[in-house]
Formats: sequence, C-alpha cells, structure tokens
Amino acid sequence: MSQPHILTRHMVANRTDSNTLASYEQSGGYSALRKGLNSMTPEQIRAEVKASNIRGRGGAGFPTGVKWGFLAPAEPRYLVVNGDESEPGTFKDRQLLERDPHQLVEGIIISAFALNCAKAFIYIRGEYPKPARRVQRAIDEARAAGYLGDNILGSGFSLDITLHLGAGAYICGEETALLNSLEGRRGEPRLKPPFPAVEGLYAKPTIVNNVETLSNVPWIVNNGGAAYAAIGPERSAGTRMFSLSGHVNNPGNYEIVMGLTWREFIYDLGGGVPDGRELKCWIPGGASAPWFTPDLLDTLVTIDDVGQNGSMLGSGAVVVMDETTNVVHAAHRLVRFFAHESCGQCTPCREGTTWLERVLWRIGHGMGRPEDIDLLLDVCDNISPGLRWPPAMTTICPLGPSATAPVNSIMTHFRPEVEAMIAANELVQGGVSIG
Amino acid sequence: MADTPQPELVTITLNGVDTEVRKGQLLIDAAEQAGTYIPRFCYQNRLKPVGLCRMCLVEVEGPRGTALVPSCTQPCTEGLVVDSENAVVHKAQEGVLEFLLLNHPLDCPVCDKGGECPLQDHTVAYGPGESRFVEEKRHYEKPIEISDLVLLDRERCILCARCTRFCDEISGDSLIEFVDRGNGTQILTFFDEPFASYFSGNTVQICPVGALTAKPYRFRARPWDLEAIESISMVDSVGSKVSVQTSQNQVLRINGVDSDTTNHGWLSDKDRFTLQAIHSEDRLRVPLVRKDGELVEASWGEALELVAERLGSVRGDEVAGLGAARSTNEEAYTFAKFLRSVVVTPHMDAQLDDALSDEFLAATLNRAEINDLETAGTILVWAGDLKEELPVLYLRVRRAATILGATLIVIHPRRTGLSDVADHVFTYRPGEGADTLRRLKAGDGPFAEARQALDSGPVMTIVGRTGGAEDPRLAESVAAFARTLPDAAIMPLARRANVYGALDMGVSADLLPGRVSVRDTEGRTALEDAWGPLPEGRGKHATEILQGLKSGDLKALITLGADPVGNHPQPALAGEAVESAEFVVSLDTLLNATSARADVVLPVAGFGESEGTATNLEGRVQKLNRIIPPPGQARTTWSVLDDLARRMGATLGAHDAETIMKEIASIAPAYAGIDWALLDWGEGRDGVVLPGPDGTQPLQHMPVETSVTATTGRFTLHLGRVLYDNADVVRNSPSLDVLVQPASAAFHPRDLAVLAVQPGDSVRLAGDYGTVELAVRADESLAEGTVYVQANMDNSRALGASLIVQVDAVRGEGS
Ligand SMILES: Cc1cc2nc3c(=O)[nH]c(=O)nc-3n(C[C@H](O)[C@H](O)[C@H](O)COP(=O)(O)O)c2cc1C
Ligand code: SF4
Ligand code: SF4
Ligand code: FES
Repeated sequence: MSQPHILTRHMVANRTDSNTLASYEQSGGYSALRKGLNSMTPEQIRAEVKASNIRGRGGAGFPTGVKWGFLAPAEPRYLVVNGDESEPGTFKDRQLLERDPHQLVEGIIISAFALNCAKAFIYIRGEYPKPARRVQRAIDEARAAGYLGDNILGSGFSLDITLHLGAGAYICGEETALLNSLEGRRGEPRLKPPFPAVEGLYAKPTIVNNVETLSNVPWIVNNGGAAYAAIGPERSAGTRMFSLSGHVNNPGNYEIVMGLTWREFIYDLGGGVPDGRELKCWIPGGASAPWFTPDLLDTLVTIDDVGQNGSMLGSGAVVVMDETTNVVHAAHRLVRFFAHESCGQCTPCREGTTWLERVLWRIGHGMGRPEDIDLLLDVCDNISPGLRWPPAMTTICPLGPSATAPVNSIMTHFRPEVEAMIAANELVQGGVSIG
Repeated sequence: MADTPQPELVTITLNGVDTEVRKGQLLIDAAEQAGTYIPRFCYQNRLKPVGLCRMCLVEVEGPRGTALVPSCTQPCTEGLVVDSENAVVHKAQEGVLEFLLLNHPLDCPVCDKGGECPLQDHTVAYGPGESRFVEEKRHYEKPIEISDLVLLDRERCILCARCTRFCDEISGDSLIEFVDRGNGTQILTFFDEPFASYFSGNTVQICPVGALTAKPYRFRARPWDLEAIESISMVDSVGSKVSVQTSQNQVLRINGVDSDTTNHGWLSDKDRFTLQAIHSEDRLRVPLVRKDGELVEASWGEALELVAERLGSVRGDEVAGLGAARSTNEEAYTFAKFLRSVVVTPHMDAQLDDALSDEFLAATLNRAEINDLETAGTILVWAGDLKEELPVLYLRVRRAATILGATLIVIHPRRTGLSDVADHVFTYRPGEGADTLRRLKAGDGPFAEARQALDSGPVMTIVGRTGGAEDPRLAESVAAFARTLPDAAIMPLARRANVYGALDMGVSADLLPGRVSVRDTEGRTALEDAWGPLPEGRGKHATEILQGLKSGDLKALITLGADPVGNHPQPALAGEAVESAEFVVSLDTLLNATSARADVVLPVAGFGESEGTATNLEGRVQKLNRIIPPPGQARTTWSVLDDLARRMGATLGAHDAETIMKEIASIAPAYAGIDWALLDWGEGRDGVVLPGPDGTQPLQHMPVETSVTATTGRFTLHLGRVLYDNADVVRNSPSLDVLVQPASAAFHPRDLAVLAVQPGDSVRLAGDYGTVELAVRADESLAEGTVYVQANMDNSRALGASLIVQVDAVRGEGS
C-alpha cells in the first residue's frame, strides 16, 4: 500500500541531513514562507488553513482554522507549539522535530504571521535532548538566513522563537499546564474557561498547536487549503502521523491518509502480529483511548469512525497487543502511568488513579477479591461518571478520566479473564511493554 | 464613600425553581443565599476560587447536554439551569468524600479540628457509610514544625490550597507551596525558609481539617467544650472582629470573624496569640502598696484610702493622668471625668507624644473609612510600615493594590511590607520629609508619574509618623496636601487599640468628650452642666507632664495602662519624672517599667474581662464583650475610679458600663445615638462610624501645612516599629516572645564603608536623649545618611527618639 508523503516528504527524500537548512532549502524549503509573507495577507493564510479542514494532531482533534478564529484581539498575543509528546506509545513529533525541524520552524513563522504574533515558544519535553538541539539549530540557522528576527524577508513582520525544555511531567502536554510551566509555575492545568485563545500565556491571547499540526502549514500554503482538504475523508482531511508499536512486525511511524481500515493498517502496513499469534486488542489512539478488539478490524481509521465506536485517534499512538498479553498487567501499566503523572490538584484524579493502580496491582499479584471488579468500575465512575464516550469528568482536566479507559476496556472486553485471574489468585507474569 | 450601583439580576433555575440572583455571582454563593447549601472544601469566600477539591460539583445544562461543574467557579448567567441534588451529583459528592478519606488518618479523637471539621461534618451528611479502601494509607512524618507557631500534619491535609492561596493572595508571604505531584503532593515550606509570617494563624483558622495547627492552641481544648463570644481585637487600632473562645474561664483561642468593614476575617498573629498574656503568671491580681521601698500586697481598702489621701493632699492641677489608650471608651470616659471633675486637673494625655496631635487624630476633615480602599483609584501611604504597625490594615491596602487595581504610592524612609506591591516607592532621609513633600507636590523628576496618579481619584491617603524621631507636623502637611486631591479621604494613624476612643472621651489636654475643643466655650459650658466646674485653661501634654513632674510643678501621676518610662520618646526624662514625682499610682494588668516604680498599683480587668466599646482608626465604635472574670481581686477600671471618687468625697455615678455609655451618649456630641443595644443587636453590629446616628462633631480639624525645616547632621535616625517588640503583651506571650529580635543599626552599604564597619560590628549611637551600642546591618533601601533602628527593644529603648544622632564605630581591642 503506498501512501503520499506530505509531512515526511523531505526526510524521505533526504535521509542523511534533512535537518539542515541547506538540505531543506534545496528541496524547496521556505518557499511557502516567501509566498505567505510576500504575496498573502494574514487573513488569506487563515482562510487557507480553515479551508484545509486540518484538525489538531495533539489529541483533541479540534479544527485548527476554527481555533485560530477564536484568538482574542488583545496584544501581545503568543503562539505556543506543543512538543511535549509524552503519552506512552507516542513518538511521531519526535521524528518531525529531529528529522525536519525547518519544516516546523517555517510553519511557525507563517502561522505567527497569520495570527499576528511577534513571539512564539516551542515547548519540548526534557527527555528529547537531540530533537531539542536540532530545533535550536534550525532556529539559529533560520535567524541567520533572515527568516526569523526583524522585518522578515522585507515584509515588515518580525518574530522571535524561544525554545523551552520541559522537566519531566506528562501533564505539561495539556495546553494550560504547559502555559503554567512556561511561566515558571507548577505544571497544573487551569480551569477553562477562560480558554488560551482568550487568556493564555501571561494572561494574553495564545494559540497552542501541536508540532505536527503546524508542520503541515507550509504544504497548505504552497498547495492551497482545498488541495489538503481533498486528501482523505472530508472530516479527517490530510495525512496523519501514527506511531505503531507493541506486538507488530513493523513498528514505527507511519504517515498515512486516513480512511483505510484497521486491518489494512495493522496487517498490511504494520506487517501483522509476530510469529503468527492472534491479535487480542489494540489501543487506537494513545494511552487515554479505550481499546479496540478484532471485531472492529474492518472499521475505518478516521476521527469520526473511531469516535463512533467509543474511542479516539487521540495522539496517533497505536499499540497492538497479541494473545499472550495479560490484560490486567497491561491495564495496570497504563493506569500506573496516569497515577504517576497526575498533577495532584483535583481530588478524584489524585486519589482515584492511585487507588485504581493499587487494586489492579493486587489482582495482578494474586491478591484480587471478587468484589474488586465492581469496585474498580465504581471508582472509574466516580472519576468519569457514567463511563460514557466522550467521557464525562469530575476532574479539572481529562487526565483523570484517561486512567479509566484501560480499566473500563478490560472489564468490557475481558471480564471473564479478569474473573478467572481473581479466582485462581496467583501471580501471573507477562504483559505488553509500553511506557 | 462612593455609592454602590444596583446589581444587575438574572434568573437561574436551581433544582427546578426559578431564582433571581446577582449576575456574575458565584453559583455556590447564590445557591446558599437561596437556601441551598452546597458542600465545599477549597472554596473560601475571601480567596479566589480554584475548583480543586471537586466537592461542590453540580450538574449544569449546556449546549452539549449536562456537565458536572464546580459551583464555586461557575458564575450565574441568565437562564442557567442547575441541579445540585440529583443522583449524579450525589454520587459525585459521595465519590469525592470517599477519595478524600482514603488517605485521611481518621485520628479525629486526637485532632484539634475534631468537632468543628468540615470533613467530618460533610462525611456524616454526604459521605459513604463504610470504607472500601483496603490498601495502606499514605504516610508522612507526623506533624512537622513549619514555623515557631504552626505545625503541619501532611497526612491530614486534603490539599485544598486554602493556606497557600491565603499566603499568595492575601498576605503576600508566599512561604508555603505544593510540592511533588499526584498522590505524593504535599504542602511544604521551601528548604531553608520557615513559614515565618505575621499572618500564619489565618492559615490554621481556614484549614478545613486539622492539618495546620497552632502551637498555642494544640491539644488545649475540644471545640464542643468551648464557649465563644464576639469582640474586637485590642492589639491595635484597626478594630478587627474576633471570636474569643474559652473553656473553664481560660481564653484558649482567638479567631478572626469576617467583617466586611474591617478585617475580612483575618488577624495578625499578634491579634491571635497575645491571648497568652491574659493568663500570664505575672498578671496583677491584688493591689500593691510600696512599703519600705518594696511593693507589697495590700487590701483594696488600704490601697484606695492611700491613693485618696495622697491625691487629696496636693492641688488638683498638680496631678496629671496618662493613658487609657488601651481601655474601653467607658473606662476612658470615667478616667477623664475623674481627672477633670474629681481631681480637677486639665493635665492628661492618652498618648505619649509618639504619634500625631490629638485634634488631628480625632477630628480631621474628610476622614477615611477602611472601605474607602475598595473604591480608591489611588492610595498614598506616607506613614509607618503598615505591615509592622497595623498588619490588618496592611492586608486591606495590599488587597486594594493587588486585587482591586488601585495605584499605590508608598513613601517611607526605607522599604516597607507594601513596597513589593506598590506602583511608586519613594524613600527619603528622616528630616528631609518636607523637601520630599515639596517635590511630590511639584511632580518633580522621579515624582512625576506618582503626582499624576494623585489626580485620579478617589484618592485615599493614610498618613502617620513614619518613625519615632520624625516631626509630627510633617504628617499634617501631607494631609493638608492630600485634602486638595480629588475625592480625598484621609486616615491619620495611631496604633494603640483605643487611642481614638480615649481622645474622643476627652483623655486629652486639648479635647473634651465628644470631639469638643477645650477652647470651645459653648461646649465647655454644656459639659459643666453635667460635670460641674471644670479646671481652667489648656492642659499639659505627655512631655510637658513629665517635665512638670521632674521640675516639681506637678506632684502626682496617675497612669492607666500606660508606661511612659518604657515608651516615651525621651526615656531618661520619663524615668526622672517618675522618680521625682511625690506620688505615682498605676492602674494596670501587668507590671511595667512605670508601674514597677509606682507607689500604689491597682490591678484592673483587661481584654475579655470587661464589657464596653472601642473606637477604631476610622472612628468606628464597636462592642467589646466579656467572657471571663478578671484574675484574683482585679476589678474593672471604672469601678475602681468610682470607688476612689467616693473616697475623695465626690461621685462619678459609674454604676455599670452600659450606664456609662448612656451618659457618654448624652454628653459627648459625636456619640449621640450610640448605645449598646444598637451595637449588639441593631444595625451597628459592624460598628457605627462617628458621629453617631444623632451626633454632631463640633470640632473640625483642618490639617495645615507647616514648613518643617530640614535638620542637618551627619546621620538622622529612622526609629521604626516592628510587630514583635518589647510590648508587655508580646513579652508575656511565650509563643511570640521567642520571635522578638534584638534591635540593630542599619545603614546604607556606602555609609558602612565610610564608617569603616561591617555587618556584625558594633556602633555607638548618641542622640539628644540617650546612647546605645548596637550591631551593624546593611540595608540598601535606606537613603545615605540614615540610621535605621527598631524602636522599643530592650537594647534600643535607651536611645530615645532624637532625629540627629552621632555615630561612632566601636573598635574592639587590637583593631
Ligand atoms: C493530559 C494531556 C496531555 C496532553 N499532552 C499533549 C502533548 O504531549 N502534545 C500535544 O500536542 N498535545 C497534548 N495534549 C493536547 C493539548 O492540550 C492541546 O489540545 C493541543 O496541544 C492542541 O494542539 P492541536 O490543536 O494542534 O492538536 C494533551 C492533553 C491532555 C489532556
Ligand atoms: S485531572 Fe489529574 S492531572 Fe488533571 S488537573 Fe486533575 S489532578 Fe491534575
Ligand atoms: S494544610 Fe489545610 S489549608 Fe493547606 S492545603 Fe492542606 S488541608 Fe488545605
Ligand atoms: S469547593 Fe468548589 S471545587 Fe472545592
């Protein structure tokens, strides 16, 4: 199955030094910037991005053009790029940062021009030193080449980009926690409203976009929003990066046009499950997403189809689990991650995620009790009432409810297996490695 | 004060019932006003809502169906549909309580909060019956001392952030923070800094569980054994509302009470913890009479007879009275009446010449209320460091500057507690205040922006002596300028709790009861109708009284809760005056430097032990209540004076305090219409600002600008107050006594270089009134040529308040 390259076109064509300015310019880099700044108005660029129908690649899938329309008029305004990528199984932004940092920088400059921001920040997780080095180098090269700084390409538009490294907290990927962290505060999500577009960084209007989202902007400006919208299904336009991992023969990042089936993705692109073992289940969109089972193999990989089936494409992390997976251990690993990463502000998440983690640990270690299943589900219900999709929350941000997804998934799809484990009550080894 | 506009109303549907509420009001408050209490932990009405605990979740209808939202962060808008009682809401509330209890130690039987704990109460009302948690609870080292006053038990903490928000938003002492994350989140101090805040007790009071406890109260009582009564703090002149809580006639706790007009519920730790002095071992319990040079116990009869005889043996105008600034109005009135009509002397002073003039304090035009801060556009503070002198007023000014957005200008000889939040900070060398004022008025150089800000009213000016050595006429000059500013309101400052009341009661050389000048013949005649003939002429002020005693013009001194030897700006003069006096009688609760040298000491009732009223720095009269009897044989001041009058062949008619207030209301013009029933039950529960409902104020003081000539000398003295000084109540409160730091001499670093001394070295300071040796400190905020010394400390008192001081390095041997 061949897939078009949009985001990865430059790194695929140039496998050795795609991160350098020279190589980027050689394959047409910064032509979108020239076009945008010299021949388009900010309104025109915003219109193209809106027409592209691109939806945010950071997890929530919010239409980028619509979000940009919410930016309040107050000055100064900021553009913040979310490169915190810390969800287990997600490693797509890393490749974009490391292998094509100029594409991102170009996207940022054009977007900042479109949004009338004189200052942009890139927030990259602290565990990404190499991508961060390359992004910084790209910023420096761009500044030296006159793409950044004062009066860019004679357009009268000036922009500065500052790179900031995180300090090891997944929650700082949540946009308002990220803004707090940038401001030097504790990385805790803020109450919404106000939304960042109205009151964001330093209480000023701010657009937060994912690395991948903005990396698409140069192509959209060069080729037009309509051309982008024409790729893939209407409400899941464009190509999208997926990080495939777990029990598959060909793990890695894939840029694909949405609208293929899961079977095509996992078996044709991913090469299927190793050693001919049976597929047991998969996570379609990151650790927060409810799990899919093989009966859904022929449904489509689109934002809407996945949503209708009670899950999400989220951050694009697809984690495959085969028949050898102990689902209690797998769920425990994921819940442990959320408990560890909870910022601790709000009661249900701080207390509830740890409680879930400890009960799952007991069951996994031969100390389960029959009543633990209902207990787990009821604790989940107290974090995410009704356990419905999209989730309701008693919490401030979606991290707490995310921890209920694995628990609810194993109880929905594998309850007899959990019951049997509790009945046998012995320590079972094994589990999928994630996180 | 500006009028409050009519609030806009909207209709919300609360549990199926349409209810009119204020637009934008928080749902949790609107619901409560409508009779529906929504449970809560993190919400506190004086702090910004944060929506952390999730206890107050309700279901709100939105465009995409219903959602659970915290009612403490939800503003009321037209058409809001809310359900606070359905099954989803109840399940969420029960869930939150269960989560909070998972790791809560449930050591309620040994927890100070047990019995008044929202967590206990909510668990009974909304919580699950049994725990489903079989894992081990979170463990932390049991209480850790985070300051000399406060202990933190992290196991009990429910992480509501009330304490941290108080410190960030209200006091500005951001010394405690959330540390770590997730299940390991905890409140802690920074590594090397204790939670040393003048306001730390407020965090203990608002902590919804027993995580923060105060050393002075720990394990002292169970809430259900406490009796409580509302009263007014008598630690300073703000008039903060308090709840005095006792068990078995011991005051065990003082909490703040939320009053819109004064303290918003907050107190300083001095307000809160000086209760220890009430039960000090050193409290005076029996009258003392000097025999063979020693003060020995005597009966009331013997002591009073002696006083009556000695006072009767000199001319009335050879007697003077000092004090009453910490007494109730009823006591102060009786004191003034006793001096003027029984002893027949005009010499009396409620102050010790250490603040502003009596007329300025009592009768200024355009006098400000504290709540003028809420509407002020610009605030000018040219006074002592409010954080040190009047901490609760500091909180209110800080709120105006940080939360309400007023422009704040602070002028003082060094940085103050408000400097960090002020828009314009000016420091100057003591003695050069007049020049600073001239430049401010002219908008000269660096003053330009501040001068401009003073044109956007309403302008509230808080004016006082910045330090003990400053000329009091400077403050009057500042006030004279402030009066010319748009919508001017002026608050002249003095610290002692009821100094304004004592002046209003006529404990003054210049004033008769009710803000009447002694020069006002009409007012004088009216008073003579009630009191009988009054002494002729203007009386002597404190310093003149001391000089008179020293020279022999005056023979006898009566002090009421005053300590001129310890507190007068000229300590040597005060000491000599008391030594030279033929007779000194002190009415007090504790022995101090003056009463220890008296001939007779009469023990009187103090805070919590007598009923009455007090008048705060706004001129607000509030009610003080009694909840315990005085110790030993101590009696109320008015009854002692009444008894004494009778023994001197006169009568004061002071039968009980309430009757005294009736007499005050009938005699003192500004107090007409004030009575206890109004203050206890009527519209005056938050106090009544004078003139009272039927009153007038015959004297209208107009501050005038006086040219104060600059004083020259190599060094001028800034004698500034700190909160924990040598005050009797501090020294007799063990929890605060340990916080008193010795005084030092601070200089600008360049002056240190010129003097060739380093921090830690000693200097000798010699002024007009005395000499001291102090350790040296650097303080970059001082102007060159200034030496800053903390007033009223053991090691600084002898210096006195002389503006010009000679500074010499003290060289050790070999250097
Ligand atoms: C717990 C949590 C973690 C998140 N982590 C990330 C992240 O690492 N990177 C990211 O781009 N968005 C992350 N998000 C989503 C952001 O809040 C935000 O929606 C996104 O950055 C917006 O960019 P987009 O519109 O381009 O997708 C996270 C959200 C939550 C609730
Ligand atoms: S849900 Fe969890 S991560 Fe999100 S704000 Fe609450 S405690 Fe923090
Ligand atoms: S110590 Fe008390 S006030 Fe502070 S966060 Fe904990 S429970 Fe809340
Ligand atoms: S009281 Fe509203 S969330 Fe705590």
